[in-house]
Amino acid sequence: MVDPDGQRGEDSTDRWARVPAVPPSGSVATRTGAHRAPDSADDESVAAPPPRDPVGRRIVRGVGELFITAGLILLLFVVYEVYVTDYLTGRQQDELAEELREQWEQPQGEGPQLRQVEIGDAFGVLRIPRLGEDYARVILEGTNETELSKGPGHYEGTAMPGEPGNVALAGHRVGKGSPFLELDAMQPGDPIVVETADSWFVYRVLGDPATGDLAADPSGIPGRQIVRPADIDVIAPTPNQAASAPSGSYLTLTTCHPRFSAQQRLIIHARLDGGALSKAELPDGPPALFEG
Amino acid sequence: MYGWIWRHLPGGAGLKTLQALILVVAVCALLLLVVFPWVEPQLPFNDVTVD
Repeated sequence: MVDPDGQRGEDSTDRWARVPAVPPSGSVATRTGAHRAPDSADDESVAAPPPRDPVGRRIVRGVGELFITAGLILLLFVVYEVYVTDYLTGRQQDELAEELREQWEQPQGEGPQLRQVEIGDAFGVLRIPRLGEDYARVILEGTNETELSKGPGHYEGTAMPGEPGNVALAGHRVGKGSPFLELDAMQPGDPIVVETADSWFVYRVLGDPATGDLAADPSGIPGRQIVRPADIDVIAPTPNQAASAPSGSYLTLTTCHPRFSAQQRLIIHARLDGGALSKAELPDGPPALFEG
Repeated sequence: MYGWIWRHLPGGAGLKTLQALILVVAVCALLLLVVFPWVEPQLPFNDVTVD
Protein backbone atom coordinates (compact mmCIF):
# COMPACT_ATOMS: atom_id res chain seq x y z
CA MET A 1 0.00 0.00 0.00
CA VAL A 2 2.64 2.43 1.00
CA ASP A 3 5.35 1.00 -1.23
CA PRO A 4 7.32 3.60 -3.14
CA ASP A 5 6.04 4.20 -6.61
CA GLY A 6 9.02 2.99 -8.53
CA GLN A 7 9.17 -0.36 -6.89
CA ARG A 8 5.57 -1.14 -7.41
CA GLY A 9 5.76 -0.09 -11.01
CA GLU A 10 8.68 -2.36 -11.75
CA ASP A 11 7.07 -5.21 -9.90
CA SER A 12 3.90 -5.08 -11.84
CA THR A 13 5.48 -4.68 -15.26
CA ASP A 14 7.61 -7.73 -14.56
CA ARG A 15 4.64 -9.71 -13.50
CA TRP A 16 2.52 -8.65 -16.38
CA ALA A 17 5.13 -9.94 -18.74
CA ARG A 18 4.96 -13.32 -17.09
CA VAL A 19 1.23 -13.56 -16.65
CA PRO A 20 0.35 -14.80 -20.14
CA ALA A 21 2.92 -17.56 -19.87
CA VAL A 22 1.71 -19.02 -16.59
CA PRO A 23 -1.90 -17.99 -16.21
CA PRO A 24 -3.19 -19.87 -13.16
CA SER A 25 -0.41 -19.31 -10.65
CA GLY A 26 0.88 -16.10 -12.17
CA SER A 27 -2.25 -14.09 -11.44
CA VAL A 28 -2.24 -15.13 -7.82
CA ALA A 29 1.39 -14.22 -7.46
CA THR A 30 0.67 -10.78 -8.82
CA ARG A 31 -1.90 -10.13 -6.19
CA THR A 32 0.02 -11.41 -3.22
CA GLY A 33 3.41 -10.33 -4.39
CA ALA A 34 2.42 -6.75 -4.86
CA HIS A 35 1.02 -6.53 -1.43
CA ARG A 36 3.46 -8.27 0.81
CA ALA A 37 6.94 -9.67 1.01
CA PRO A 38 8.44 -7.83 -1.89
CA ASP A 39 11.94 -8.55 -0.58
CA SER A 40 11.83 -12.32 -0.13
CA ALA A 41 10.42 -13.77 -3.30
CA ASP A 42 10.94 -10.88 -5.66
CA ASP A 43 14.60 -10.21 -5.16
CA GLU A 44 15.43 -13.40 -6.93
CA SER A 45 13.47 -12.65 -10.05
CA VAL A 46 13.94 -8.90 -10.25
CA ALA A 47 17.62 -8.10 -10.54
CA ALA A 48 18.13 -5.44 -7.87
CA PRO A 49 15.28 -2.97 -7.50
CA PRO A 50 16.66 0.12 -5.78
CA PRO A 51 14.16 0.59 -2.98
CA ARG A 52 14.45 4.37 -3.15
CA ASP A 53 16.40 6.97 -5.02
CA PRO A 54 19.69 7.94 -3.39
CA VAL A 55 19.39 10.58 -0.71
CA GLY A 56 21.28 13.12 -2.77
CA ARG A 57 18.92 12.84 -5.68
CA ARG A 58 15.90 13.11 -3.43
CA ILE A 59 17.25 16.28 -1.87
CA VAL A 60 17.96 17.80 -5.25
CA ARG A 61 14.50 16.89 -6.45
CA GLY A 62 12.95 18.34 -3.30
CA VAL A 63 14.83 21.61 -3.73
CA GLY A 64 13.83 21.74 -7.39
CA GLU A 65 10.21 21.23 -6.49
CA LEU A 66 10.47 23.99 -3.91
CA PHE A 67 11.81 26.38 -6.55
CA ILE A 68 9.07 25.47 -8.96
CA THR A 69 6.53 25.95 -6.20
CA ALA A 70 7.98 29.35 -5.32
CA GLY A 71 7.77 30.36 -8.98
CA LEU A 72 4.15 29.28 -9.19
CA ILE A 73 3.32 31.19 -6.01
CA LEU A 74 4.95 34.34 -7.41
CA LEU A 75 3.00 33.93 -10.63
CA LEU A 76 -0.18 33.57 -8.64
CA PHE A 77 0.72 36.73 -6.75
CA VAL A 78 1.09 38.65 -10.00
CA VAL A 79 -2.31 37.36 -11.07
CA TYR A 80 -3.67 38.46 -7.72
CA GLU A 81 -2.15 41.94 -7.98
CA VAL A 82 -3.16 42.59 -11.54
CA TYR A 83 -6.54 40.87 -11.80
CA VAL A 84 -7.92 39.86 -8.42
CA THR A 85 -7.37 43.22 -6.71
CA ASP A 86 -8.86 44.92 -9.77
CA TYR A 87 -11.91 42.76 -9.43
CA LEU A 88 -12.23 43.35 -5.68
CA THR A 89 -11.75 47.10 -6.06
CA GLY A 90 -14.21 47.17 -8.95
CA ARG A 91 -16.84 45.59 -6.76
CA GLN A 92 -16.17 48.05 -3.96
CA GLN A 93 -16.33 50.94 -6.41
CA ASP A 94 -19.71 49.74 -7.62
CA GLU A 95 -20.97 49.56 -4.05
CA LEU A 96 -19.60 53.00 -3.24
CA ALA A 97 -21.10 54.50 -6.38
CA GLU A 98 -24.47 53.03 -5.47
CA GLU A 99 -24.18 54.33 -1.91
CA LEU A 100 -23.17 57.76 -3.09
CA ARG A 101 -26.05 57.97 -5.54
CA GLU A 102 -28.54 57.10 -2.83
CA GLN A 103 -26.96 59.61 -0.50
CA TRP A 104 -27.10 62.35 -3.11
CA GLU A 105 -30.69 61.62 -4.00
CA GLN A 106 -31.82 62.02 -0.41
CA PRO A 107 -33.43 65.36 0.25
CA GLN A 108 -30.78 67.40 1.98
CA GLY A 109 -31.85 69.90 4.57
CA GLU A 110 -28.99 69.90 7.04
CA GLY A 111 -26.68 72.52 5.72
CA PRO A 112 -23.39 72.04 3.88
CA GLN A 113 -22.64 68.35 3.46
CA LEU A 114 -19.03 68.55 2.35
CA ARG A 115 -17.93 69.67 5.77
CA GLN A 116 -19.13 66.48 7.37
CA VAL A 117 -16.95 64.16 5.34
CA GLU A 118 -15.10 61.74 7.58
CA ILE A 119 -12.24 59.34 6.92
CA GLY A 120 -13.42 56.51 4.74
CA ASP A 121 -16.46 58.38 3.40
CA ALA A 122 -17.03 58.49 -0.31
CA PHE A 123 -17.81 62.06 -1.27
CA GLY A 124 -17.33 62.53 -4.99
CA VAL A 125 -16.64 61.02 -8.36
CA LEU A 126 -13.51 61.68 -10.38
CA ARG A 127 -13.79 61.66 -14.17
CA ILE A 128 -10.80 61.93 -16.48
CA PRO A 129 -11.74 61.61 -20.16
CA ARG A 130 -8.06 61.22 -21.12
CA LEU A 131 -7.95 57.97 -19.17
CA GLY A 132 -11.07 56.64 -20.84
CA GLU A 133 -14.43 57.91 -22.02
CA ASP A 134 -16.25 56.29 -19.14
CA TYR A 135 -13.47 56.67 -16.60
CA ALA A 136 -15.20 57.39 -13.31
CA ARG A 137 -13.87 56.61 -9.85
CA VAL A 138 -15.51 57.25 -6.53
CA ILE A 139 -13.13 59.20 -4.30
CA LEU A 140 -12.89 58.67 -0.58
CA GLU A 141 -11.68 60.79 2.28
CA GLY A 142 -8.30 59.67 3.57
CA THR A 143 -5.16 58.19 2.07
CA ASN A 144 -4.61 55.09 4.19
CA GLU A 145 -4.48 51.72 2.49
CA THR A 146 -8.04 51.05 3.63
CA GLU A 147 -9.28 53.92 1.48
CA LEU A 148 -6.80 53.57 -1.35
CA SER A 149 -7.71 49.93 -1.87
CA LYS A 150 -11.23 51.09 -2.70
CA GLY A 151 -10.40 54.07 -4.88
CA PRO A 152 -8.53 57.36 -5.11
CA GLY A 153 -8.15 58.94 -1.69
CA HIS A 154 -8.39 62.60 -0.72
CA TYR A 155 -5.56 63.87 1.48
CA GLU A 156 -7.01 64.90 4.81
CA GLY A 157 -6.89 68.61 5.43
CA THR A 158 -6.47 69.61 1.80
CA ALA A 159 -9.15 71.66 0.06
CA MET A 160 -12.46 70.14 -0.93
CA PRO A 161 -13.53 70.38 -4.59
CA GLY A 162 -14.18 73.94 -5.65
CA GLU A 163 -12.55 75.52 -2.61
CA PRO A 164 -9.53 77.77 -2.87
CA GLY A 165 -6.40 75.74 -2.20
CA ASN A 166 -5.35 72.36 -3.44
CA VAL A 167 -7.59 69.32 -3.75
CA ALA A 168 -5.03 66.53 -3.36
CA LEU A 169 -5.86 62.97 -4.40
CA ALA A 170 -3.71 59.85 -4.24
CA GLY A 171 -4.38 56.69 -6.21
CA HIS A 172 -2.84 53.35 -7.04
CA ARG A 173 -0.84 53.03 -10.20
CA VAL A 174 -0.84 49.24 -10.48
CA GLY A 175 -3.52 46.99 -9.03
CA LYS A 176 -6.60 47.93 -7.02
CA GLY A 177 -8.30 49.00 -10.20
CA SER A 178 -5.16 50.91 -11.26
CA PRO A 179 -6.96 54.26 -11.19
CA PHE A 180 -3.83 56.28 -12.01
CA LEU A 181 -2.00 53.80 -14.23
CA GLU A 182 -1.94 56.06 -17.28
CA LEU A 183 -1.52 59.33 -15.45
CA ASP A 184 1.65 60.06 -17.40
CA ALA A 185 -0.48 60.41 -20.53
CA MET A 186 -2.12 63.60 -19.29
CA GLN A 187 -1.65 66.61 -21.56
CA PRO A 188 -1.95 70.35 -20.80
CA GLY A 189 -5.55 71.45 -20.76
CA ASP A 190 -6.95 67.98 -20.20
CA PRO A 191 -10.07 68.18 -18.09
CA ILE A 192 -10.22 66.48 -14.70
CA VAL A 193 -13.82 66.61 -13.55
CA VAL A 194 -14.94 66.17 -9.97
CA GLU A 195 -18.59 65.50 -9.29
CA THR A 196 -19.97 66.29 -5.85
CA ALA A 197 -23.46 66.12 -4.38
CA ASP A 198 -24.77 69.07 -6.37
CA SER A 199 -21.98 70.35 -8.62
CA TRP A 200 -19.43 69.61 -11.29
CA PHE A 201 -15.96 71.08 -10.99
CA VAL A 202 -13.77 71.13 -14.07
CA TYR A 203 -10.03 71.30 -13.45
CA ARG A 204 -7.57 71.52 -16.31
CA VAL A 205 -4.02 70.19 -16.32
CA LEU A 206 -1.49 73.01 -16.16
CA GLY A 207 0.94 73.73 -18.95
CA ASP A 208 0.64 75.25 -22.38
CA PRO A 209 -2.11 73.52 -24.38
CA ALA A 210 -0.86 75.17 -27.60
CA THR A 211 2.59 73.59 -27.50
CA GLY A 212 1.75 70.65 -25.27
CA ASP A 213 4.51 71.70 -22.91
CA LEU A 214 3.53 70.63 -19.42
CA ALA A 215 6.21 72.78 -17.83
CA ALA A 216 5.24 76.03 -19.57
CA ASP A 217 2.37 77.20 -17.38
CA PRO A 218 2.33 80.97 -16.76
CA SER A 219 1.93 80.34 -13.04
CA GLY A 220 5.26 78.52 -12.94
CA ILE A 221 3.59 75.40 -11.59
CA PRO A 222 4.23 72.45 -13.90
CA GLY A 223 1.36 70.29 -15.08
CA ARG A 224 3.38 67.20 -14.38
CA GLN A 225 6.36 66.57 -12.19
CA ILE A 226 8.21 63.64 -10.72
CA VAL A 227 9.36 64.15 -7.17
CA ARG A 228 10.80 62.35 -4.21
CA PRO A 229 8.27 60.64 -1.91
CA ALA A 230 9.00 63.14 0.87
CA ASP A 231 8.12 66.21 -1.23
CA ILE A 232 4.92 67.19 0.50
CA ASP A 233 5.01 70.68 -1.01
CA VAL A 234 3.32 69.32 -4.10
CA ILE A 235 0.07 69.16 -2.16
CA ALA A 236 0.53 72.56 -0.48
CA PRO A 237 -2.39 75.03 -0.96
CA THR A 238 -0.37 76.53 -3.80
CA PRO A 239 1.56 73.62 -5.26
CA ASN A 240 5.31 73.68 -4.64
CA GLN A 241 5.06 76.56 -2.19
CA ALA A 242 5.22 75.39 1.37
CA ALA A 243 2.93 77.08 3.88
CA SER A 244 1.58 79.47 1.31
CA ALA A 245 -1.82 81.05 1.14
CA PRO A 246 -3.79 79.55 -1.73
CA SER A 247 -3.27 81.52 -4.93
CA GLY A 248 -6.12 79.76 -6.69
CA SER A 249 -8.09 76.53 -6.78
CA TYR A 250 -5.87 73.62 -7.71
CA LEU A 251 -6.18 69.89 -7.93
CA THR A 252 -3.21 67.55 -7.52
CA LEU A 253 -3.05 63.84 -8.26
CA THR A 254 -0.25 61.72 -6.82
CA THR A 255 0.74 58.15 -7.60
CA CYS A 256 3.90 56.08 -7.57
CA HIS A 257 6.57 56.25 -10.21
CA PRO A 258 7.92 54.41 -12.07
CA ARG A 259 5.30 51.70 -12.33
CA PHE A 260 5.74 48.83 -9.87
CA SER A 261 8.10 50.99 -7.84
CA ALA A 262 7.91 53.41 -4.97
CA GLN A 263 11.10 55.30 -5.67
CA GLN A 264 9.41 58.49 -6.79
CA ARG A 265 6.01 60.05 -7.13
CA LEU A 266 4.29 61.13 -10.31
CA ILE A 267 2.40 64.35 -9.72
CA ILE A 268 -0.23 66.01 -11.92
CA HIS A 269 -1.34 69.56 -11.17
CA ALA A 270 -4.50 71.15 -12.51
CA ARG A 271 -6.36 74.41 -11.95
CA LEU A 272 -10.08 75.02 -11.59
CA ASP A 273 -11.57 76.17 -14.87
CA GLY A 274 -14.55 78.42 -14.17
CA GLY A 275 -16.66 77.74 -11.12
CA ALA A 276 -19.08 75.18 -9.87
CA LEU A 277 -21.47 73.93 -12.54
CA SER A 278 -24.86 72.98 -11.24
CA LYS A 279 -25.81 69.36 -11.68
CA ALA A 280 -29.44 70.41 -11.86
CA GLU A 281 -28.63 72.26 -15.09
CA LEU A 282 -26.17 69.72 -16.46
CA PRO A 283 -27.40 66.31 -15.37
CA ASP A 284 -25.23 64.50 -17.91
CA GLY A 285 -22.05 66.33 -17.07
CA PRO A 286 -20.23 69.47 -18.12
CA PRO A 287 -19.26 69.97 -21.78
CA ALA A 288 -15.62 69.37 -20.79
CA LEU A 289 -16.42 65.68 -20.39
CA PHE A 290 -17.38 65.38 -24.04
CA GLU A 291 -14.90 67.65 -25.77
CA GLY A 292 -12.55 64.82 -26.67
CA MET B 1 7.48 16.59 -2.08
CA TYR B 2 4.77 16.18 -4.72
CA GLY B 3 5.64 12.50 -5.08
CA TRP B 4 5.37 12.04 -1.35
CA ILE B 5 1.95 13.68 -1.28
CA TRP B 6 0.79 11.58 -4.22
CA ARG B 7 1.89 8.36 -2.51
CA HIS B 8 0.13 9.28 0.69
CA LEU B 9 -3.20 10.05 -0.88
CA PRO B 10 -5.53 7.09 -0.46
CA GLY B 11 -7.49 5.45 -3.26
CA GLY B 12 -6.88 4.84 -6.93
CA ALA B 13 -5.58 7.19 -9.58
CA GLY B 14 -8.96 8.85 -10.13
CA LEU B 15 -9.55 9.46 -6.47
CA LYS B 16 -6.00 10.71 -6.03
CA THR B 17 -6.40 13.15 -8.89
CA LEU B 18 -9.58 14.49 -7.36
CA GLN B 19 -7.90 14.93 -3.98
CA ALA B 20 -4.87 16.55 -5.58
CA LEU B 21 -7.13 19.05 -7.36
CA ILE B 22 -8.90 19.84 -4.12
CA LEU B 23 -5.53 20.38 -2.45
CA VAL B 24 -4.41 22.73 -5.22
CA VAL B 25 -7.62 24.74 -4.98
CA ALA B 26 -7.32 24.90 -1.20
CA VAL B 27 -3.75 26.16 -1.37
CA CYS B 28 -4.67 28.79 -3.99
CA ALA B 29 -7.61 29.94 -1.88
CA LEU B 30 -5.41 30.22 1.19
CA LEU B 31 -2.87 32.27 -0.77
CA LEU B 32 -5.39 34.54 -2.47
CA LEU B 33 -7.67 35.14 0.47
CA VAL B 34 -5.31 35.16 3.43
CA VAL B 35 -1.64 35.32 2.56
CA PHE B 36 -1.58 37.82 -0.31
CA PRO B 37 -3.90 40.39 1.28
CA TRP B 38 -1.65 40.30 4.31
CA VAL B 39 1.65 40.44 2.41
CA GLU B 40 0.61 43.08 -0.06
CA PRO B 41 0.54 46.20 2.15
CA GLN B 42 4.17 45.55 3.10
CA LEU B 43 5.31 45.82 -0.48
CA PRO B 44 6.76 49.07 -1.78
CA PHE B 45 4.72 49.69 -4.91
CA ASN B 46 1.67 50.44 -2.82
CA ASP B 47 3.08 53.76 -1.64
CA VAL B 48 1.34 56.35 -3.73
CA THR B 49 1.18 59.25 -1.31
CA VAL B 50 3.62 61.98 -0.49
CA ASP B 51 4.38 62.22 3.19
